Amino acid sequence: MDWLTTFPHLNDDALRALKKAIDGGFRDFTRAYGETIETMFEPVRWFLIYSERFMTNTPWPLILLLVAVLVWIASRSWKITLGSIVTLLAIGFFDMWDDTMKTIAMTFVCTLLAIVIGIPIGIGMSRSNRLQAIVNPILDVMQTMPSFVYLIPVVMLLGIGKVPGLLAVVIYAIPPIIRLTNLGIRLVDKDVLEAADAFGSSNWQRLKDVQMPLALPTIMAGINQTIMMALAMVVVASMIGVQGLGQPVLKAIANQYFTLGMFNGLAIVGIAIIFDRASQAYGKRLQRHLEVVHG
Amino acid sequence: MAEQHTGIGISIRNLYKIFGTNPEDYIDAVRGGMTKAELNDKHNHVLGLKDINIEMPEGGIQVVMGLSGSGKSTLIRHINRLIDPTAGEVIVGDEDVVKMNETELREFRRRKTAMVFQKFALLPHRTVLENAVYGLQIQGIPRKEQEEHARRWISRVGLDGFEDNYPNQLSGGMQQRVGLARALTNDAPILLMDEAFSALDPLIRMDMQTVLLDLQKEIRKTVVFITHDLDEALRLGDRIAILRDGEVVQQGTKQEIVLRPADEYISSFVREVNRGRVISVDMVMTPLSGEPQGMPIRQGTVLEVAAKKMTDTNVSMAHVTDRDGKPVGALDIHDVISAMVTPVDHETADSEAAVA
Repeated sequence: MDWLTTFPHLNDDALRALKKAIDGGFRDFTRAYGETIETMFEPVRWFLIYSERFMTNTPWPLILLLVAVLVWIASRSWKITLGSIVTLLAIGFFDMWDDTMKTIAMTFVCTLLAIVIGIPIGIGMSRSNRLQAIVNPILDVMQTMPSFVYLIPVVMLLGIGKVPGLLAVVIYAIPPIIRLTNLGIRLVDKDVLEAADAFGSSNWQRLKDVQMPLALPTIMAGINQTIMMALAMVVVASMIGVQGLGQPVLKAIANQYFTLGMFNGLAIVGIAIIFDRASQAYGKRLQRHLEVVHG
Repeated sequence: MAEQHTGIGISIRNLYKIFGTNPEDYIDAVRGGMTKAELNDKHNHVLGLKDINIEMPEGGIQVVMGLSGSGKSTLIRHINRLIDPTAGEVIVGDEDVVKMNETELREFRRRKTAMVFQKFALLPHRTVLENAVYGLQIQGIPRKEQEEHARRWISRVGLDGFEDNYPNQLSGGMQQRVGLARALTNDAPILLMDEAFSALDPLIRMDMQTVLLDLQKEIRKTVVFITHDLDEALRLGDRIAILRDGEVVQQGTKQEIVLRPADEYISSFVREVNRGRVISVDMVMTPLSGEPQGMPIRQGTVLEVAAKKMTDTNVSMAHVTDRDGKPVGALDIHDVISAMVTPVDHETADSEAAVA
């Protein structure tokens, strides 16, 4: 009755051999192609370094002004703009300016990359049920797989540094933008699409003039989610060498520095709120035409 | 300003539409006489349209009338091939829409047709003006020209001053005026109107019918108008086709349909019609014998108006004149009044007795 109490499993030798074979295979792969893949990511690395330099080397008053202007353009709200300025001033006052700038640069690049990759995938999914059936489970895996697990192959392949960190963040943060682009386009009113067809729209015209503008508020919600998730990954990414607010948090965990951890954590919260309020206010402004209703 | 294109004729021949997974497999059986019910029960396919033949003359309003499920919306979508037929031809001008490839079809939709929808189907993120230019924008016409045309039609449908409003800010009737302006700005010879006024309340609907009739005097497009409302059909239609369960049960002018309903189904509709407003004096006049008597009444005058004129002047005889004022027939007040009264057949007499 042994089989009832212990689950009948692969014998230990076979299991070990299997793991060894896979690990060996992957190691060979990284040795053979690691460098090629690294050069492939060279433009991204360059972009990352450039934006980080821009954020840290530009005099702080200019950055403050830039953030204020961008937030104003997005939200058209004095309250949100003023809040952003006060938050950034407080962050600077507690000597976290440089780390914050690095984190903002990282988040910016990751979000941009996620949008550039995610929106076309989302559009593709909305047009093909088969693609949707393939991509959806992949997104589920990306969202639920503990991030440490896919950090292993990424680090094996690319080593420690900015690019593997960026990869980890993008993998974690890209699902919402893909899902919500797909959803937004699929929810576009069928009657309006029929009208577009009846007037002789090409596929591209239909996408550009009807589907994307009507899906935009939903897509904006996806972008907002993506930004939030990218910020949440900053601490995890610091484990593989990404600089920014995550590094001091990591140090605080290792040495039980409560205040250091708290300050840096709050700084992350602060910029998260700036990003969130600004992008949400922008999304809301896109829907203004739906709010003014006759009668 | 560009000359408006006037209509081109549409001819629908032997058109069949079967909905389901393998419609081609059953087309021969349907042609051989399989009924809608049999097709549905045994093969789980739905017969949408069966052997439709309609000639729509250019520059006229062709109404297709039917209750929900009769296939009328399916039919109108075959004219610009938003729905592909299972078999048959849709000849517009001298082209068969069914045989067009994708590029030809797109070009055909851009240049030859414009459509107005029951639920308006406006672009909610665009203003009235931006909605109106939509068709021209797709054709790639220069922006200045787009706006020129659009502004003219926006003004023509009575939306002056609303160019920069969003559809959501307008009432249903005004939204459908935008739909109409969008279609007219496209300047296509064919105007497809799918229950265009059905979602509007009765007074607004009457109003929009008047707008359409006024416009049609000027634009002379081939209008295909779908409706479930017989009064609307009789008011607008130069010709009317009545659809039931995917088949044409009768087609002809409104007078033919009111005076000679093809079957009990149509007579049950027609019974409620105000005949005095539909039938013209041409249908009841008798050949002239001797000198024309009484007052002159123009050809095409409806009975109600003729009766009013004759009773007002207190005469019992009148004569009908053509466009040039030449007498062509005699009119007796008795004939006028008896034609206005709905003929009571046995069945209606019975059912009325039962109700009483």
